[in-house]
Amino acid sequence: MRSPRLTAFQALVTAVLVLLSAMFLLPFLWQLRSSVMTVSEIFISPPPMFPRVPQWKNYLDVFSIMPFGTYYFNSLFIVLVNIVGALFANTVIAYGLARLRFRGRKLMFSLSIATLMMPTSITLIPTFIEWHFFHGINTFLPLTVPAFFGNALFIFMLVQFFKSVPPDFDEAAFIDGATYPQILAQIIVPITRPALAVVAIFTFLGSWNDYLGPLLYLNERRLYTLALGLQSMLSQYTSDWHLLMAAATLVTAPLIVLFFLAQKSFVEGLTMGGIKA
Amino acid sequence: MERSQRFWGWIFIMPLTLGLTVWVAFPLGISLVASTWRWDMISRPRFVGLGNFIRMFTADPLFLQAVVVTMKYTLLNVPLQLVIAFCLALLLSSRVKGIGVYRTLFYVPSLIPVVVSAAMWLWLFDQSFGLFNVILEQVGLPPQQWIFSSEQVIPSLVFMSLWTVGNVVVIFLAGLQGIPRQLREAVSIDGGNAWHEFRHVIIPFMSPVIFYNLVIGLINSLQTFTQPYIMTHGGPSNASLTYLLEIYQQGFQFNKMGYACAMAWLFIIVTILMSAVLFKSSGRWVYYEGEKK
Repeated sequence: MRSPRLTAFQALVTAVLVLLSAMFLLPFLWQLRSSVMTVSEIFISPPPMFPRVPQWKNYLDVFSIMPFGTYYFNSLFIVLVNIVGALFANTVIAYGLARLRFRGRKLMFSLSIATLMMPTSITLIPTFIEWHFFHGINTFLPLTVPAFFGNALFIFMLVQFFKSVPPDFDEAAFIDGATYPQILAQIIVPITRPALAVVAIFTFLGSWNDYLGPLLYLNERRLYTLALGLQSMLSQYTSDWHLLMAAATLVTAPLIVLFFLAQKSFVEGLTMGGIKA
Repeated sequence: MERSQRFWGWIFIMPLTLGLTVWVAFPLGISLVASTWRWDMISRPRFVGLGNFIRMFTADPLFLQAVVVTMKYTLLNVPLQLVIAFCLALLLSSRVKGIGVYRTLFYVPSLIPVVVSAAMWLWLFDQSFGLFNVILEQVGLPPQQWIFSSEQVIPSLVFMSLWTVGNVVVIFLAGLQGIPRQLREAVSIDGGNAWHEFRHVIIPFMSPVIFYNLVIGLINSLQTFTQPYIMTHGGPSNASLTYLLEIYQQGFQFNKMGYACAMAWLFIIVTILMSAVLFKSSGRWVYYEGEKK
């Protein structure tokens, strides 16, 4: 099967891939390089490709000029509450929609799917007005509470998943006298682990990367998330690129770690949520 | 059993019912009402009927500027993104050593927060010490102004968005892997070449995925906010003032809540119309498996 033409073709593909990957990696490398330079090295002309001595202390300096510890805490707190909310709400909703038969079920499912097509910009201002009336500005509530109401994409994904589980399981349990919440908690949830991992990871990602939400609702520095903190640093220390790039790396690092820990769930989630939606 | 199913069913989907009411129905209603008022959230609102909408088209040059900027960005970004993502997916579906590593590398940029990529690219675009101009100088080309000139700012932002094309690539890739091998092999057995395979198997088979990415790409591009907000503040001279950025400024910086809601409603109407046109046209070029011709 391995003809010389085929291997030549593969060599060409590999060459193109290597070249393109290098291009995609370049911005990251530039960021890392700049993050360990001194101020004067950053502004040498022509700019050197590498620092003479890597300045790891730039990463510590970030913490001393900005309360990055607090920002980390705030971001992590918001992310964790979101994950708890998303896991609970989406599982319960999807179970109801996928496994129980009652009038109005199809309508509610369609309504939920319809919100997927709705641009977020339309609800931006009225939701802000709602939180203004609930006195939610400058609290974490607007950034966490919505997770407890489910998310259309996750509901869709979990409904598909639940439908693939044979119904004999829960019917047998029901005849044995189990209630629906018991069936959900003891039979369905354990076999849904992989799908729930996807929900958790993408909730982490969405919440960690969210910028518009914190921008609208958090005006006090002590409440800032990492995303907001980095942005405010960007407007304050406009030419301290060594520190800015170190800070950017600090904001990204947890995501990269998460990605490599859970790469399989990432790919599964993308194809589940992406293609079939 | 039926009654208990109905009872528990509604209990289970309670969060959804409440959520749709509080986070969808109410906001849509509030926004619709607000769009006909002049309201700054402090003083008494004043009913202006369609006044907000009329003002957009007659007395607000920034609104028209935002429409033009958003159109320019979208028309450049969406086709480029689709074509490049599709080509990358084709490359990444080939069987060469270490393909998993390449797939990861292309995907990672789309994972990082927009704020981070904005900071990163602001520095890459730096006119004197940024990587891009350093490279241009090395190869003897004149340095460019990138996001700092009103002509280059939109193409530069598109360039930046192409770097995060990975999430589109992954969806294409999954679609490509769903094409049955026999179908692709059948082409070569019938004496067809790679182009025939591409034109008569890959493209028809992928058309639903292309359509999906087109719709999503369109909606996302029309709502671009963070990059221009952080990197250019809509400048220079409003050349990157996107529609959502203008809504944000009107609402949260100038406190014209009613006017911003009217802009948002106009946006949703236009988006729905565009999607409707796309869906209507899709009957002609999107091929669904199992559908009778």
